[in-house]
Amino acid sequence: MSAWKKHEVFEKNSFVLLIGILIVVAIGGLVEIAPLFYLKSTIEKVEGMRPYTPLELAGRNIFIREGCYTCHSQMIRTMRDELERYGHYSLAAESMYDHPFQWGSKRTGPDLARVGGKYSDDWHVEHLTDPRSLVPASIMPGYPFLAENRLNIRDIEADLSVNAFLGTPYTQEQIENAMADVRGQAMPDTDAAYEFEERWPTAKIRAFDGDPKDVTEMDALVAYLQVLGTMVDFSIYDDKANAR
Amino acid sequence: MVSLEEGGFAIFLVLLAFACLIVAGKTFDQVMAFHAGIGALVAAVGVFWIFKTYFDDGGEPIPQEIDGKPNYNLGPVKFGSAAAMFWGLAGFSVGLLIALQLAFPALNFDLPWTNFGRMRPLHTSAVIFAFGGNVLLATSMYVVQRTSRARMPGKILPWFVIIGYNVFIVIAGTGYLLGATQSKEYAEPEWYADLWLTIVWVCYLLLFLGTLWKRKEPHIYVANWFYLAFIVTIAMLHITNNLTIPVSIYSTKSYIVWSGVQDAMVQWWYGHNAVGFFLTAGFLAIMYYFIPKRAERPVYSYRLSIVHFWALIFIYIWAGPHHLHYTALPQWASTLGTTFSIILWMPSWGGMINGLMTLSGAWDKLRTDPVLRMMVVSVAFYGMSTFEGPLMSLRSVNSLSHYTDWTIGHVHSGALGWVGYISFGALYCLIPWLWNKKSLYSLKLVNWHFWLSTLGIVLYITAMWVSGIMQGLMWRAYDQLGFLEYSFVETVEAMHPFYIIRALGGALFLLGAIIMAYNLWMTVRHGEAEEAEATPVGSLAPAE
Repeated sequence: MSAWKKHEVFEKNSFVLLIGILIVVAIGGLVEIAPLFYLKSTIEKVEGMRPYTPLELAGRNIFIREGCYTCHSQMIRTMRDELERYGHYSLAAESMYDHPFQWGSKRTGPDLARVGGKYSDDWHVEHLTDPRSLVPASIMPGYPFLAENRLNIRDIEADLSVNAFLGTPYTQEQIENAMADVRGQAMPDTDAAYEFEERWPTAKIRAFDGDPKDVTEMDALVAYLQVLGTMVDFSIYDDKANAR
Repeated sequence: MVSLEEGGFAIFLVLLAFACLIVAGKTFDQVMAFHAGIGALVAAVGVFWIFKTYFDDGGEPIPQEIDGKPNYNLGPVKFGSAAAMFWGLAGFSVGLLIALQLAFPALNFDLPWTNFGRMRPLHTSAVIFAFGGNVLLATSMYVVQRTSRARMPGKILPWFVIIGYNVFIVIAGTGYLLGATQSKEYAEPEWYADLWLTIVWVCYLLLFLGTLWKRKEPHIYVANWFYLAFIVTIAMLHITNNLTIPVSIYSTKSYIVWSGVQDAMVQWWYGHNAVGFFLTAGFLAIMYYFIPKRAERPVYSYRLSIVHFWALIFIYIWAGPHHLHYTALPQWASTLGTTFSIILWMPSWGGMINGLMTLSGAWDKLRTDPVLRMMVVSVAFYGMSTFEGPLMSLRSVNSLSHYTDWTIGHVHSGALGWVGYISFGALYCLIPWLWNKKSLYSLKLVNWHFWLSTLGIVLYITAMWVSGIMQGLMWRAYDQLGFLEYSFVETVEAMHPFYIIRALGGALFLLGAIIMAYNLWMTVRHGEAEEAEATPVGSLAPAE
């Protein structure tokens, strides 16, 4: 009987109730979130992982702008059918430079974690412009405007430096040349492309939208899609070393 | 004399208007210019309004009591109720549109502003934050005043909270359509909208606590515990999940400080507790006030409400990682999430029992009062979806259900059934009380609303169960030679009929809400006519 009576302290003092609530709701989050910043399996570094190039980052921002995550996940689960359909299960390290993460929660369309290299650039351009021209039963919206919009890179240097501030290992040189590197990656066989290659030796240089003259939003988005899941070489990756 | 409150808000809004003008003038980002323009305009109107009311009432303090009764501040409650109905209709309509887009992709029109990816956050934010949020703000302002027998503190503060919140909704919603989004589920608004919401939310907390401090009742009523937990926890979740660094103050773009697996965990800690505290704790507060009121019975068990409250808020916060089974999140974390999800069965059902059993001795009212019936069915849906949730959090079930429409169906049994119905019930109670009407314009129309939308919900969730489980099974189906049997697009094709059924269910739900809006409109209008000209509308007595 008396225990119930003691609850009065919460019912009669709004401040005590407030503090009680704060303590009670803080515990679960602390226990579940804090360890993720120091556990090996969540902060492991895997060979091959590099930050996104300026063009890929701009493409990622278009992926974010259009809300692609509402239909496409980027997280292959450790289940047989997913491994066979999409490839090696996703590692924590593979989204370590993703601010924010885009794992998604719904697959109205297929998972995109390893879509990079699966289709040609031309396929992506055509599919993004008019999905049903390639996949008649597709219910994806068309994005014809991407090929028409010139890519806005006014803030690209700031984009990289904010990411660097948050821990993404961009070099000062990469940040300063971000604007030139956007063009360099999308315009093969130009001086800008050769300079880009020096700063980004493992990145692909192509006219992603098929037109080397102009850098469009299509260039950026396709560059991003084509790099997804391709950074880690799974022929040499050791599953056991980072078992989770 | 200009009070400190009036002066403070006036100075703040003047500064805000200037800041917005500077940003609007200097930015190259058209979305930012548009939003800063809205900000400057609203802030300027706010300043004008503060001075206008000051000169209109001569700076006289508002009486706290009239004839010995508390002089409740109902203006902001009326505004919130009307806004809730408006946003509800808007949100349900967008929901119907995106449901149809999935069945008929031509409805995306291949334009940036109308594609599914931008419309879907518009739908979720409109129904959760605009409709649900306004219901919570309006009812909490009403309930805390009534159960404290005190007027809300301040003259500007309550209006700042309710209008400021709706400005946030407009900024967020137009932002999605124009491409300003963080792409974090249920936390899409960009940094400046988040910042604005934080300011509004802190004011809301102060307003709520301020009313409690003024209370004439020794005890804080149970509904207010839930409201307070909702306000405090949403503040904690919102701030942590939306910690961002903007690219510049002239840009809409920002980067979340968290990344990868840590961001995933923070996001679903936020996401699941947006369900737990926004869509559950807040609406349980509505249950604890409006069901006893409508049934004219006391809450079933006082002790059960104590256990229900503390257990619910402690356990819910752990459940987030069950959204991340079999992902790069360590298994201990998702298992912990599942464990607490299972434990959550108990407080959830304890709360349901407390709500349902409040009708002891008044069950006959379900026959005659469709409003009470709506709220009771709402609690039943609460029981159903909080049964289904822990079930889906199990690793084995989740491996099938995750990424499919089953999740969408589950969410909607909670959202349409529980949140929708308890909100409708509360609004059906509240509108006649606020506008001093004896009763609703028509109980018959409430009945129509109830049956149409119930049919809609049933069609919706069964279609999503079937399509979700079917798709999950098709993804993992193997043929005799051990190859995957279906390509992805074959599973998409198979869902087409269910998407049509789902859209039909959504249309019925929307139709019900339109009937409701008409009914509430006539309830408010009807009284006005009664005062002005007595005879012609007298025949429109409510049906028994």
